Amino acid sequence: MTDTQILAEKKPTGPFSRWLAMLWADKFAFLAALFLLVILLCALFGPILLEGIATKQNLRGRNAPPFDIARGWLYVLGADALGRPLLARVVVAAQNTILVAAAAVLASSIVGTVLGLVAGYSRSAAAQWIMRLGDVIMSFPSLLLAVIVLYMLEPSVANIVLVLAITRIPIYLRTTRAEVLEVRERMFVQAAKVMGASHWRIVFRHILPVIIPTLVTIATLDFAFVMLAESSLSFLGIGIQAPEITWGLMVAQGRPYLTNAWWLSFWPGLAIILTTLSLNLLSNWLRIALDPTQRWRLEMGGRKNG
Amino acid sequence: MVEHLLEVRDLSVEFHTAVGTVRAVQNVSWHLDRGETLAILGESGSGKSVSASAIMNLIDMPPGKITSGTILLDGRDMLKMTPEERRLINGAKIAMIFQDPLAHLNPVYTVGWQITEMMTTHGQTGGGANVRALELLRRVGITDPEKAMRKYPFQFSGGQRQRLMIAMAIACKPDILIADEPTTALDVTVQAQVLELLQELQQETGMGMLLITHDLGVVAEIADRVVVMNSGCIVETGNAAEVYRDPQNAYTKKLIAAAPGKGAMPEERSRQGDPLLHGVGLKKSYGSFQALKGVDFFIMPGETVAVVGESGSGKSTLARAIVRLDDPQEGQVLYRGKDLLAMTPKEMFGLRRDLQMVFQDPTQSLNPRMTVYQLISEAWVIHSDILPKAKWKDRVSELLVKVGLKPDMAERYPHQFSGGQRQRIAIARALAMEPKLIICDEAVSALDVSIQAQVIALLEGLRREFGLSYLFIAHDLPVVRDFADRVIVMKAGEIVEEGPVRQIFDAPVHPYTQALLAASLDPDPDVQATRRAARRRQEGLVPA
Amino acid sequence: MKSFIGKRAIASGVSLVVLIVIVFFLSRLTGDPTDLYLPLDATTEMRQQFREINGFNDPLIVQFGRYVSDLVQGNFGQSLRQARPAMDVVLEAFVWTFWLAVITMALVTVAAIIIGSLAAFRVGGVFDRIATFFSLIGAAAPDFWLAIVAIVIFAVKLHVLPTSGTGSVWHWVLPVGVLFIRPFGLILQVVRGSMISVLSSAYVKTARAKGVRSTSIIFVHGLRNAMLPVITVIGDQSAAILNGAVVVETVFGFPGIGKLMIDSILLRDFAVVLAVIMVSALAIFIMNLLIDLAYALLDPRIRY
Repeated sequence: MTDTQILAEKKPTGPFSRWLAMLWADKFAFLAALFLLVILLCALFGPILLEGIATKQNLRGRNAPPFDIARGWLYVLGADALGRPLLARVVVAAQNTILVAAAAVLASSIVGTVLGLVAGYSRSAAAQWIMRLGDVIMSFPSLLLAVIVLYMLEPSVANIVLVLAITRIPIYLRTTRAEVLEVRERMFVQAAKVMGASHWRIVFRHILPVIIPTLVTIATLDFAFVMLAESSLSFLGIGIQAPEITWGLMVAQGRPYLTNAWWLSFWPGLAIILTTLSLNLLSNWLRIALDPTQRWRLEMGGRKNG
Repeated sequence: MVEHLLEVRDLSVEFHTAVGTVRAVQNVSWHLDRGETLAILGESGSGKSVSASAIMNLIDMPPGKITSGTILLDGRDMLKMTPEERRLINGAKIAMIFQDPLAHLNPVYTVGWQITEMMTTHGQTGGGANVRALELLRRVGITDPEKAMRKYPFQFSGGQRQRLMIAMAIACKPDILIADEPTTALDVTVQAQVLELLQELQQETGMGMLLITHDLGVVAEIADRVVVMNSGCIVETGNAAEVYRDPQNAYTKKLIAAAPGKGAMPEERSRQGDPLLHGVGLKKSYGSFQALKGVDFFIMPGETVAVVGESGSGKSTLARAIVRLDDPQEGQVLYRGKDLLAMTPKEMFGLRRDLQMVFQDPTQSLNPRMTVYQLISEAWVIHSDILPKAKWKDRVSELLVKVGLKPDMAERYPHQFSGGQRQRIAIARALAMEPKLIICDEAVSALDVSIQAQVIALLEGLRREFGLSYLFIAHDLPVVRDFADRVIVMKAGEIVEEGPVRQIFDAPVHPYTQALLAASLDPDPDVQATRRAARRRQEGLVPA
Repeated sequence: MKSFIGKRAIASGVSLVVLIVIVFFLSRLTGDPTDLYLPLDATTEMRQQFREINGFNDPLIVQFGRYVSDLVQGNFGQSLRQARPAMDVVLEAFVWTFWLAVITMALVTVAAIIIGSLAAFRVGGVFDRIATFFSLIGAAAPDFWLAIVAIVIFAVKLHVLPTSGTGSVWHWVLPVGVLFIRPFGLILQVVRGSMISVLSSAYVKTARAKGVRSTSIIFVHGLRNAMLPVITVIGDQSAAILNGAVVVETVFGFPGIGKLMIDSILLRDFAVVLAVIMVSALAIFIMNLLIDLAYALLDPRIRY
């Protein structure tokens, strides 16, 4: 056989260590994943461990400046207007922030993907209606929707998730539909049809797996977007309400003290930036890692993606 | 020492890739003189284009790296020149044309702009360049040049686009023209015209021409000397006719032996009984375009029927109509007397097993996210009555061996295989259904010549073993010559001629079949020279 | 082209009608504006009178019918808060937002295209790394936080820029500067990615074989092709600002349409809310047409 075989003989390692090695190959993505893991742990266990400390007022420590650990390491980022340690509050606030974004992304991605599969694959009238629905949601200023709904209903976590999820559905709907329209004309889908595969099988076995990496990449990016949107709502006072806390709300709460205690708004804002940045970096990495034809860039190790 | 127009000495180039450093070419040396045509012949991965890329400074470093050698242009080493000096040579002294001119012309600028840019880049004024561009377009045979100047590349046909590329390349009267697979994507009749144009231009200007190709026929038609490459090394050089007549190297011998269209044609088999598949009056149109204008055909059990035609002939539409990927508007497809087109989805499902298809490009016809095992066993997932699950693993191994692969390859993904291997996987997948008829839609067109021969041999073997029938769709006549029992020639949605393979090749009746045969290139330079002479004599009689 | 615009107009018109109906009813469900506009000690009679004048006593469907018939006559209703025609209030605010969007997006587009193209020319080089780093951070920064940080630095500490209101050129610096950062980061990423794939395309190879200069390859051969996906993102980002840069307008006291919308919803100034929706829907419709026009100008394959 004269074919030049380009075959990388793989060592028989488990999938977990393979993914880890690919993550290690891109140092920025590795740091991003590490940071996100820390945030996730904060979100899961932060409130259980630090709830009490984060809400305990300490009038002598009002607006205590950062980098002063005389009061204990929890005060390393300073304290807020009621003397509550900022570090503890940032950790506790992670839960609401992450929970809202995760729930909204999960809901919108599932609904959007299913609708997109139908709109892309089926040639029935339903497909047309789904697209019109998407157009209407897209043309709706999302903030207006949020303000009205949150004003009408209670600004609770569930309602915020609902509003954010509805406004993000079109992203998944359009992406999925566009991809389905392209993938279903591909030769391997035609080959499956010639074999007599059912619509169910074609959609879920042949089309969906090809689209999922794109969707995961988008969802990662969208997670950051939703988090920013929730923070904006909370900042404007129509999102999560005190005494619940999110990072966006913390920034808003620090606003009156800008002139003498910048750190009140600074740290939660930094948490938002770093989380968003990490999600963007991870999304860039996923784009490559989930594509079998691009994956070698990471499996070679050490090379820059770009 | 004789000074050549262009000389490459001991050139080695490395590329950093997924599997580490690949030596694309090693110690390659060749030269080109004024007025001659040198062909670099090789299959994919042979490194045949690398030296041309090095000459044009098109190798990106990294990942590429020139590790040794010199490239002498009129005695000066190009590799020691500054980037600015190299840039001024490109286009002015050495010009290049590529395969797939649609991709190689900028889609958002007019043709006129792109041709004049070549000249203004190298110091001509806009007005002069415009006049010259019109003259060039006329010379390469573009009708209505004034209008063509204002049009965009996508508004031309494939053959015209290659003429545009050629006009652009010769605009600054270069000493050397490098043509990288200039006719590969073109229909055979168009290919003949483009090659003729290149020959004429060379005679007019006396430029040296470097032709990079995988096609022995192109070498036979146009080259004075040939350099044969394999795996980055030159294995043989010499006069084109001599190399063909008396190849010294084992690889060259194999390559020449693999060229299609030389073996004995199969004997006509007796036709008895009812046809396996019978198409009646098939019509299909897309909007106002009629892809099929009433096509009738039949295939007997165990028979191989080739459908040959150029792009737009409707041959692929026919294949898609038979397997109901794209139902025709009129007509019947009778399989053992029953009309497929009138069947319910359920009836059709049962028959899917009998009719399988192998597509042109295995890269696209195999789901990139499924392993070979999953790809092949999918047949039994869909048609669960073929094989109980316990036997799947053994059967996959068996099928892989049958198509010339190894059983331990079952857990790999398609992108880990070469093109030829992928097409074998696609064939194994078709066989898993235990079909009666396999439709091969340009199944070997994308493969290298030597791989092409192997895949055809495989198909031939399977036919004998399982009594399969084939409907073999191709754009090129020589490929089907030693394989098909019967040939159907299609043009513009109609069958223009049909008959046993011997009749089609030895005594074609329809002028289009004759033109197709005349345009298809024979790998033997002497045969091509005779044909060329004949063509010159009856210039004007050959339909354009 | 005409039928294309027509189809678009119909689709947008349908969306707008749906939107108006939803907002009309939803907004009225948020409560009765009477309490917000009359003093706490207002008598029941006064309240009744207020409701009567503004038509809040009729059933919702009757109010809607009246609103529609007014609309048909070109009357968009009165602003409760400012006691003048709602459309006047909205158009005044829209002009501010319009210029804010135009200035910001013009700067973003120019900067992102130049820097993104140059970064793509040497992938992995020093310039590329710096540009990518800052664009990633820019794309991640929330605008309300940037606004606060900017105020602290430029107004509180350095005393060089005004923090709020309008009046001089200097009042535009902070809002534009803060709005600039996120779209700049996002668009730079898209320009870079698009340019990388264009620079590895076959026609760029041809240009190199022709001996075309590097600058000409990037900005003549590459850029026009690379712009196609970029335009879509520019459109999305412009739409976001046109729809109301609520946070930035609120923080900097900028009298634009976003601030107007929030204020109007909170004060249940229904006529203004609906007028805002209509004006921004029209603005976005026109902008999408401009985007399509730009597509057609850049790519002849769309024109024919």
